[in-house]
Amino acid sequence: MSAAAPSRAMPRKAGSTIPVLVITALIMAAWYAACLPMNNDLPQLARVTGLAERYQVSWALERPVLPAPHQIVAELYNSTVGTRLFRQTADGMVLNPRNLVFHAWITLSATLLGFAMGSLLGIVIAIGIVHSRTLSKSLMPWVIISQTIPILAVAPIVIVALGSVGLTGLVPKAIISAYLCFFPVAIGMVKGLLSPDTMQLDLMRTYNGSTVQTFWKLRWPAAVPFLFASLKVAVTISLVGAIVGELPTGAQAGLGARLLSGSYFGQTIQIWSALLLAALLAALLVVAVTLAERLTLKAMGSRP
Amino acid sequence: MSEATLDRPEAQASRGHDAAGGVIDIRDLSLTFQTADGPVYALSHVDLAVRKGEFISFIGPSGCGKTTLLRVIADLEQASSGTISVNGLTPEQARLNRQYGYVFQAPALYPWRTIEKNVMLPLEVFGMSRAEQQARARKYLALVNLAGFEQKFPWQLSGGMQQRASIARALSFDPQLLLMDEPFGALDEIVRDKLNEQLLRLWAETRKTVIFVTHSIPEAVFLSTRIVVMSPRPGRIIDIIECDLGDNRTLDIRETPRFLAIAQRVREGLRAGHSYDD
Repeated sequence: MSAAAPSRAMPRKAGSTIPVLVITALIMAAWYAACLPMNNDLPQLARVTGLAERYQVSWALERPVLPAPHQIVAELYNSTVGTRLFRQTADGMVLNPRNLVFHAWITLSATLLGFAMGSLLGIVIAIGIVHSRTLSKSLMPWVIISQTIPILAVAPIVIVALGSVGLTGLVPKAIISAYLCFFPVAIGMVKGLLSPDTMQLDLMRTYNGSTVQTFWKLRWPAAVPFLFASLKVAVTISLVGAIVGELPTGAQAGLGARLLSGSYFGQTIQIWSALLLAALLAALLVVAVTLAERLTLKAMGSRP
Repeated sequence: MSEATLDRPEAQASRGHDAAGGVIDIRDLSLTFQTADGPVYALSHVDLAVRKGEFISFIGPSGCGKTTLLRVIADLEQASSGTISVNGLTPEQARLNRQYGYVFQAPALYPWRTIEKNVMLPLEVFGMSRAEQQARARKYLALVNLAGFEQKFPWQLSGGMQQRASIARALSFDPQLLLMDEPFGALDEIVRDKLNEQLLRLWAETRKTVIFVTHSIPEAVFLSTRIVVMSPRPGRIIDIIECDLGDNRTLDIRETPRFLAIAQRVREGLRAGHSYDD
């Protein structure tokens, strides 16, 4: 097919697939190769001789230090597709906590709420900074300082403090998530709202356009591409924030809780599968934002 | 920069002068920019009166203050001293009353708006009805020969077409004064010739007062009724040349002795005011 392709884009596309596949294969090979040395000290391997046999055992351990990729995929499959999704309770059908989808949904809901709150906050801060010199001088340092504080230190404080006033569950996690993700949005939007050039701004001035009109007709649309670039970063760190928010509670639910309980009980495969699902979730979120970006920019007449 | 209102009382006082048909009245106007390297005298003691319906060109080398003078008229810069009135108002009042249309060096179309929506931008800002906006956009796009391109986005048009759209946008609210800052400077010679002809036709149809900044001598002579020759360091007017080539000019006029004589005088003016040695 690529030989017959008339356009120049086709061979380039094919040319990028092969390197990706090669790198993936290399990583997989290295991973499988690493399973034996990583798990070498486990008792199950003590009496096995012969390199091939030792490798085979190292790829099928129950609680390995490093599980093999296929073990992780199998665990992910069993804990999602292989487990009942719903459970009958007195309140009717609910998501089954034994299914990883339940935990993914808990984390995703905190992520989405945090993402929405953080993005909104970031946009509001950016609007304030762009329109008020006082705000730009007083707020900007705090915006930057907020990100120098390690989130792992802040998260328990937020969870405990909010818990003491009766706020538990979704909202505290969303707040931690928002705390992380407002930053790239604020920075990106300040840049975006300031992106119109002198001529575009002078034009509004010659029309005696108000600040509000200049904002909606010029600054905001000019900032939209910047907004989406920021949102792509923000949405992934929102997920990180939600997972981090699930750790200090000793959590019962969520991907963070699975990571935590997995490490308590040495269930490495469970940790890895939760990790893989988190990565898939992040990828899904980025794809969703990218899709929204493409549709929006297309409607705004950007060059295809 | 301070928006000091030092020239406002005088501007009020000069109303009588405007009644005689003056659109712009500039007296002893100076503008000094304070920079880290000391003051820059962008404009020095400029005197100029523009009558209704004139086509005036400001010509001069870069740094002569021709764009700055246009921006002072448009209230995009404020003079340091002297008086200026636009339609009997201060430049600020004139801007607040939307008395002029401004065409920039680049089309400055908003890339997320279709051509039609770009032309409708000022009308939206003024709060005109949707139907009126659309009717005017169609009318003025047709006037600059862009009928059929309403739904295109700016990047789908050539540079010349984009600049024509920006002229339609400046005309859309029918200002009596058109300020044009090297609108065709970035275009190639052939497109520029064509647009010059169209602009003359447009001017003949609408009889607006046009102030046109350029650094091209043929362009200035071809278009103008009067040419203001300017010189840098400090920015000042060194000659004002009547350009009486009559109406209905075509590009052929550029071969006539009268045209060449005027162009020669402009060139001499530029040479006298500007040392090419430095």
